[in-house]
Formats: sequence, structure tokens, C-alpha cells
Amino acid sequence: MSCLQTIADYGLRSIGLGERLLPRTDFTLCQQVTLIGSGLIWNLYFAVFALLIGFFLATGLALARAGRNPVLRGAANGFIFLFRGSPLFIQFFLAYSALVLLPRSGIEVFGLTLPTTWLTRAWAGALLVLILNTAAYSAEIFHGALMAVPRGDIDAADAYGMSGWTRFRRVMWPTMLRLAWPAYTNEAIFLFHATTLVFFSAFPAFQQRGDSLYYASYFAGQTFNPFVAYPIAAGYFIVLTLALIGLMGIVNRRLNRHLPGAADRIRYRPQLFR
Amino acid sequence: MFSYCADPSLLQGFQWMSCYLTSGTHLLFYASFGMVLLLLAVTAPIALAFGYGGAMACRSPIGPLRWVGKTYTGMVRGVPDIVFFLFVPIALDQGLEWLRHQALCDSDAPVRQGNDFVVCAAAKLPLSDSPAWVHDTYALILAVIAFATVFGAFAANVLYGAMQAVPREQLETAEAYGMSARQVTRRVLVPQMWIYALPGLSNLWLILIKATPLLFLLGIEDIVYWARELGGAKTSAFSYPHPDWRLYYFLVILVFYLLMTWISERVLGRLTARLSAGQATLAGEAQRKAATA
Repeated sequence: MSCLQTIADYGLRSIGLGERLLPRTDFTLCQQVTLIGSGLIWNLYFAVFALLIGFFLATGLALARAGRNPVLRGAANGFIFLFRGSPLFIQFFLAYSALVLLPRSGIEVFGLTLPTTWLTRAWAGALLVLILNTAAYSAEIFHGALMAVPRGDIDAADAYGMSGWTRFRRVMWPTMLRLAWPAYTNEAIFLFHATTLVFFSAFPAFQQRGDSLYYASYFAGQTFNPFVAYPIAAGYFIVLTLALIGLMGIVNRRLNRHLPGAADRIRYRPQLFR
Repeated sequence: MFSYCADPSLLQGFQWMSCYLTSGTHLLFYASFGMVLLLLAVTAPIALAFGYGGAMACRSPIGPLRWVGKTYTGMVRGVPDIVFFLFVPIALDQGLEWLRHQALCDSDAPVRQGNDFVVCAAAKLPLSDSPAWVHDTYALILAVIAFATVFGAFAANVLYGAMQAVPREQLETAEAYGMSARQVTRRVLVPQMWIYALPGLSNLWLILIKATPLLFLLGIEDIVYWARELGGAKTSAFSYPHPDWRLYYFLVILVFYLLMTWISERVLGRLTARLSAGQATLAGEAQRKAATA
């Protein structure tokens, strides 16, 4: 079987298209590269949506934490402590065991039956956990940056007659993002790496549709040889991490475009400042 | 545990609960919390030693040693740590068995035959006739090495940064006093780097705490394993039948980790204050001002 045929059969296997059965004997390098690459679809799906939605949630949380309302502040603090103080792995298990307790027949709301089973699937349940998790970590970063917005910037905004929403959108928010961006880049990379945990925690890989590490561990288990499959997965992750750093670097340059010399390359310090 | 626990099917309410929570498997569940603490206590110093070695290798004037150090500290940047947790124990196990195969077996057969990894009985690790606790301990040691490898690489990043942060003038002064490179390192560089390393190491400690449930991935009977075992729905065939209680077990684990984090943050805060005393940093400056005021 040629390698092109393998790619056609297994290239989209992780989302259920192509060959139904995974290869069982005579594993070729091409099969391993193809299937592990196919699993990256899930890693990218989780990372992109968790980061997109988590970003806005985190901004809200950071504002609630910095705000004057004691109820909102307390709630934001509690949320951040809960998700930053406990392991993501346990959060996955906890969320899954809570979601399976929902009634299978659905919940009745105003005569409508809302289905619940989709929540126990990885694409929804695990994404929910990842969104909340990254929101908590990013909120901590954004809050720190919000507190570091220079006093003079806000005075200048006041002098221009800006207030409330306008002042936030035009002055505070861009500065907050600019200051938070290096740390936020680290968080994005960490979240991307954390997506590999999904199918090793409680969430089952429905019809063996898993992420790249799921397939890598499948091959390592079947061939009893960890020296091929895991380096392939590692190689994919290195390339994508570099791409992510590049992408965040472009945003960083845009955020700092009014400050000559400030938009130097982000120094990536993995996970150390979570 | 208690005398009235002899026949669980007759028990009600509080008595049932007290017997249920002190059953043999529950005692193993409680003991596995101790194992998490043990893992932390063993792994942290080893990881720190790996990190120190890595950071020193990065600063080495010898080219190849420096490249090894740079590769080691760089490898955790692009690759998820879970890959290492899955890879290191099995790779190490096979590597050791291969070495023993070369030394102890007199067959010329290759160790990789198709999809199997075959070594002779004498080369097995641990030997197949050794008791169960040897197998458990061996698995735990491999897990500790996997954790120490990953966190050692993180720690090397932190310590390398801290060594670079020690003011250059301090080292030059020491050199001017005629100290050798070794003396400069031991008497000036290492004592001063800790305050610069502390924020990074504190963070690393918190990340290490939160990585401990990954023991479950390595097939070790840890708290996650027991929570799944004990919490799953039990039919009346069991002594203590109950519906799906996994949620409550994982809530207990969650509270355990929140407590660990909370206590650690308190302790590390105090330690930072202690180490800042008399240092040429902003925190040290603030302490001096507070003392004179």
C-alpha cells in the first residue's frame, strides 16, 4: 500500500472519515506519521476554541476582580483560585463524573426537552473544562497587567474627556493586552500542550477518534516500541509550538507598534510563570 | 474496623457510613494520599539536582557539554510534558533490560522481534519471580525519574536564569580577590542565585503538586485510580452497594489539592520574605525601609 493511499485512508481518521479500523499489524512509518498527524485536528480544535472563548471570559474575570463590586470580586477570586489551585487532570475527571450524572433523557425547561448526552462527549465537555481553566489562568495574567497600566495613561484619558467604556476600550484594554502579552503567550502554549490530556482523562475516545498523543500511545502500545511514535508526536508539537510563538509574536508587534523598540521578540519561558 | 461492621447488610445510616469509610480498600485510598506526598518529597530534591546539573552544563565552557545542557533545557519548550511522562518510563525500562540482555544473556537474538520486545528471563526487570512490592517499587522509581527529568528541565531553566541574574560586578569582585572559577561559583554565585530563582522555583513547586495526579497515566494505583475504583456504582453483589459516587470522590481530591496549593503559597510567601532580607532587590530594599521607619 502506497503512502498516498494511507494518507487518503487515515488522514481524517480522527474525525471519523476514511478507514474504520485502525491498523493492527505491519505498522509502517507512514501510517504512524499520518494517524498521529490526523489526531492533531483535535489538539488544534481544543486549543483554538478554548483560547478564543477563554480570552473574553478572562477579560471579564479580570475586570470583575479589579472592580468595586464586592460580590463580583469575591466570585472572580473564588473562580480563579478554584481553577488555578487544582490540577487540570482532576478537573477533567470531576467535570466528567458530574456531567454523566445529568439525566440521560434530557432536562425539561418550559416544556422543551434539552438533550444532555452531548455534554459527556469530549468535544463539548472537555472543551468546557479547558475554557474555564484557561480563563482562570489568563484572568490572573490580565489582572496583573491591568494593575500595571500606567497612572499617566488614565489621567491623559480623563483629560481628553473619556470615561467608562470608551476609556476602557481605547486606553486601558490595549495597554493591558500589551503588558500581558508575553505571559499570555506562555499560557497559550501551555494550554495547547494541555490538550493532550483530554483523551487520557475520563473522556472516552468515541470510536477510537482521538488526539495525536492518543494515537501515539496506541502505536507505542501495539508495537511495544516508544522510540518511533512519541518522537513523531513530539516533532509535530515542536513545529506547531513554533508556529504559535510566531503568531503571538505578530500580535505582539501590532500591540506595540506605537512603541519603537518595545516589540522585541517574546522570550518564551515555558510554564514557569503560570 | 469497628466491631459492628461484621455484617454490612444490616447496617443503617451513620453506622453504615462509618464502616464503609473504614473498609480495607478505603484505607488504601487514604494511604495513596500519603504516596502523593512521598512522591513530592522524593521528586523535588532530585528534580532540583537535575536542574542544577542542567544549568551548570548550560554555563560550561566545554562545547559538547553546553550543547547537552541546552538541548535538555530546551526540550520541554516545544513538547507537552505528558509525552515525556508516557515516554520516559517505558524507554528507560527497555533501555535497562537491553543493557542487562547484553550482559546476562548468551543468546544472539535481537531484542526487537517484530512487534515484541524480547529479553531472556535473567534480564527481566524486575525478575518475574520477585514479589509484588518489588514490581510496585520499580514502577514508582520509574515514575519518579520521569517526573524528575521533566521538572529538572524546568528547574534548569529557572536556575540558569537566576545565575545570569546575579550581578556581574559581584563575580568580578570575587575574581579580583583572586578566587578561582570554582570558588567564585561556590562562594558567590550559588549563595546569591537563590533569591532570583525563588519566584520561578515556587511556581515550579505549585506546578509539580498539580502534576502528581498524572501518576495515574503510569499505571500506578494512586488517588485517581482509587477514586475511580471506589466511586463507581456498586451492585448488591458488593458488601457496600451504592450508586455512582465518583463525583464526591473527585471533590475530595479537588479539596486536597486546593489545600496543598493554599498551604504552599503561604509557606513560600514567608520563605521569600526571609530570603529577601539584606538582598539588593526591591523586596530587600522595602524591608530595610520598613525597619528604619
